[in-house]
Amino acid sequence: MTKDDALFQFLLRMGDNTLILGHRVSEWCGHSPVLEEDIALANTALDMIGQTQLWLGLAGEVEGNGRSADDLAFLRDAWDFRNVLLTELPNGDFGQTLMRQFLFDAFQSVMLNWLQDSSNTRIAEIAEKASKEVSYHLERSGDTVIGLGDGTEESHAKMQAALDYLWPYVGEMFDGDAVDAVLAKEGIAPDPAELRPEFDAIVGAVLAEATLTVPDSPFVHKGGRDGRMHTEHLGHLLTQMQWLQRAYPGATW
Amino acid sequence: MTQPSVDQVWAWLDEVPDPEIPVISLVDLGIIRDVDWQGDTLCVTVTPTYSGCPATTIINLDIETALREKGIDKLELKRQLSPAWTTDWLTEKGRAKLEEFGIAPPQPAGGPDRCPRCHSANLERISQFGSTPCKASWRCRDCLEPFDYFKCI
Repeated sequence: MTKDDALFQFLLRMGDNTLILGHRVSEWCGHSPVLEEDIALANTALDMIGQTQLWLGLAGEVEGNGRSADDLAFLRDAWDFRNVLLTELPNGDFGQTLMRQFLFDAFQSVMLNWLQDSSNTRIAEIAEKASKEVSYHLERSGDTVIGLGDGTEESHAKMQAALDYLWPYVGEMFDGDAVDAVLAKEGIAPDPAELRPEFDAIVGAVLAEATLTVPDSPFVHKGGRDGRMHTEHLGHLLTQMQWLQRAYPGATW
Repeated sequence: MTQPSVDQVWAWLDEVPDPEIPVISLVDLGIIRDVDWQGDTLCVTVTPTYSGCPATTIINLDIETALREKGIDKLELKRQLSPAWTTDWLTEKGRAKLEEFGIAPPQPAGGPDRCPRCHSANLERISQFGSTPCKASWRCRDCLEPFDYFKCI
């Protein structure tokens, strides 16, 4: 694998994570429990879509085939997506959505923190920009997980159920492969396993305060970040997200 | 025509309103990072506030329209991500105008210091987010008015 091949794959992983999760979170628009939460979720989704434009825009440049961020977002099929499975899972209830957001925000904050010192200055610049937005997301998703986890008996039960359901998807974010090895050697991106202790510290502190228990199971669902096996949910999501470009190819605003 | 000075261009840009918060200019917002002549081409460097802010494309369009009206025909707009935009770059004039308009300016403490209407410090946060990516929602416990707070990043 050449360095540029690895770089392209890595940028797809970054961009597809924020694209797919951004789309998922946007599904709440107009459906949240209260107006303030609706606005908060829509803003979070918007930040992620904005970050997607930066990551996928750079991915297209690196690939060198003239594909734009929009081409990559709307004209690839499920097997070409490189997002982790966690991001494509259906929203579930509000608590599950916020738990998923918290787990992703915690990972993303540690990842972006590392990438700010990447030897690739384009990546470092995007990380610097996105990092500010993600710190804000993490503060909010963490506070909400604590509020609901250490809330009523019902909210606690729902948050524990969400954590039990989502936890087996956490391991994939730290599961490095040949792509990561090539980039780690060049100082461009980390071996994701290296990020785990810091992630565990952030998540451990919040979940303890939320009175939630991390499931004691080593099982990990994977297959998203290497594109080997997405869940069935991704295809359904793409039918919504890509509908306009599929029905009217090349349509522009 | 003679090339307008860089200072003149800054003054023109200070007349271009922010599309979401028209009481402040693009210069007040701190997103114009550089104005420079490169030969006969004017280069204006702009940094985005939030990466997904829909106003960004409108802002570029507004800059182009404003400068073309002043007779600039060779214009290049550059995007600069780093250093990332911070609310520290809001001008003092911009901060005062925001408050006058009813939006509390950003504070290092992470929340507004007083109600933009009655100036009371007895405040509560309604949401970390608001009507645009750059704002959060707060309420004054004395005059009971809700208001926007320009988030500090």
